[in-house]
Amino acid sequence: MSRARTGPRIPAPLLIPAALGVAFLVLPLVGLLVRAPWSSVAEQLAAPGVGQALRLSIVSATLATLLSLVLGVPLAWVLARSRIRGRSVLRALVTVPLVLPPVVGGVALFLVLGRQGIVGGWLDDTFGITIPFTTAAVVIAETFVAMPFLVVSVEGALRAADARFEDVAATLGADRWTTFRRVTLPMVAPGVAAGAVLCWARALGEFGATITFAGNFPGTTQTMPLAVYLALQRDPEAAIVLSLVLLAVSLATLLLLRDRWLGRAVP
Amino acid sequence: MSLGARVAVRRGSLTLDVEVAVADGEVLAVLGPNGAGKSTLLRALAGLLPVDEGRVVVDGATWDDDGTHLPPHRRPLGVVFQDALLFPHLTVGENVEFGLRTRGVGRHERRTAAASWLARVGLDGLGDRRPAQLSGGQAQRAALARALVGDPSLLLLDEPLSALDARTRLVVRAELRRHLGDFAGSTVLVTHDPVDAMALADRVVVVEEGRVVQAGTPDEVNRRPRTDYVARLVGLSLLAGTGEGSTVRLDGGGTVSVAEEASGPVFAAVRPESVALYLARPEGSPRNVWPARLAGATPHGATVRCELAGEVPLVAEVTATAFAELGLAPGAEVWATVKASEVAVYRR
Repeated sequence: MSRARTGPRIPAPLLIPAALGVAFLVLPLVGLLVRAPWSSVAEQLAAPGVGQALRLSIVSATLATLLSLVLGVPLAWVLARSRIRGRSVLRALVTVPLVLPPVVGGVALFLVLGRQGIVGGWLDDTFGITIPFTTAAVVIAETFVAMPFLVVSVEGALRAADARFEDVAATLGADRWTTFRRVTLPMVAPGVAAGAVLCWARALGEFGATITFAGNFPGTTQTMPLAVYLALQRDPEAAIVLSLVLLAVSLATLLLLRDRWLGRAVP
Repeated sequence: MSLGARVAVRRGSLTLDVEVAVADGEVLAVLGPNGAGKSTLLRALAGLLPVDEGRVVVDGATWDDDGTHLPPHRRPLGVVFQDALLFPHLTVGENVEFGLRTRGVGRHERRTAAASWLARVGLDGLGDRRPAQLSGGQAQRAALARALVGDPSLLLLDEPLSALDARTRLVVRAELRRHLGDFAGSTVLVTHDPVDAMALADRVVVVEEGRVVQAGTPDEVNRRPRTDYVARLVGLSLLAGTGEGSTVRLDGGGTVSVAEEASGPVFAAVRPESVALYLARPEGSPRNVWPARLAGATPHGATVRCELAGEVPLVAEVTATAFAELGLAPGAEVWATVKASEVAVYRR
């Protein structure tokens, strides 16, 4: 800290763009705060649709994060530790949703899980289960988009973790599954936690894949971002208030990440 | 019973092919330079590395053979690594209990066993600490307790002392010696420090470039090194030659007078402290006198180790006073003398 204060001056060609960069990132958020209809915030928040959308957002983002943990942590382990062939191809495939436009993801999900889709048709015929335009579809769309964040984060943590501890565990009678549970997972827990928070935040903000695959039905598939977009068309003030709520949740997440997990991650 | 193993592993540029046999209660030191394949041997014995060829048999049970590979977690062994490697997310006590827990020992019994081992290694009452709160020596003691608490058939020590500072190393080495004395199974100690090997082992094998180049008791290896590496380690100058009665004709040119009769290919070993240096050729007395040039000098406590270049390359150890009185500087021409009775001769 003190070194940054007494350190050499920042050269102007770096300082000016950096300052502009900060302004660019922060000003829109400030604008949101300035334009917020503070007098009617309480009223707006009490509107029936808001609580519903917020609850749906949090529940679906949490479910998506749990699903990502269940599938993504083992996947990260396979990418980081196993010696299977085609691992780099696998890694590339897993990270595709990171760069894919979410709306394309939504279309792809629709084609596979829709009633006419390869898997969706079978589910419909066999069990009478229809996925699109349900809350389940919201969770699936969010998981599709957010899970790669978790996988990348956990894989990085696994690569950084000293694999020799796993050798030690093996010499102490632990098979690979026991080693994973008792040694590997606890050691990368901060990385898993950080990945989960990142994943949750991404799921919470998911828009494109959700609206494509799950639609925009209040109560079942209309999450906060969808509600914001819709509100902006007919009631900009409501859109601002909803945005404020999302901003508050995001900032709270960031603080949580910093104090609760990232702080403890440093041994 | 014992460990009997032949381990052949090819990894990149290293081809390891080593045979070892260790009796119960015996400590075998595997001594060698970095990259000689010592750690590879240890990992293969532990089952962490597949053996390309060979077998590992412990107490009559085959751990490795053609088509057989017992995974590491099924081998009753204990390993102590160079950096202790205590699990950072567990307490010291939980670390020691780890092996018992994976083998299904009950909670109460685990606690008792761990506490008793912590007391044995001098860490009484530190079971609730985190590994980060231990000193290097304490961590290594805890790692030893963790390796021994399960009563393994085979104990593997991978440079267990080399991460410790000099003073701690001395203390931990003495303790380790005591624990190894009490240990009923076979022990393989990998080290590049001859002092560890001499202090802890009953037998030593020297491994260089993946092969055993010398095997014997610590005393034999110490007094009669067979390679330049070992000779340097134990601080001797090793001269290879052919015995012709009381003279050894050196392969590199020159002769050495020896007290014992020798014939055929032999080694002549000279201790640095039996080499005397003079500015002028000394007269009389039946000893070896060679001209030499001082190639380098390093202070070593109250003495100075002088590297001598010439027909007969030697290391001389002279007192700092003598070194100063001779007014020696690198490049100086000197005469080196050694009494015939001070030269050890043995078969190559």
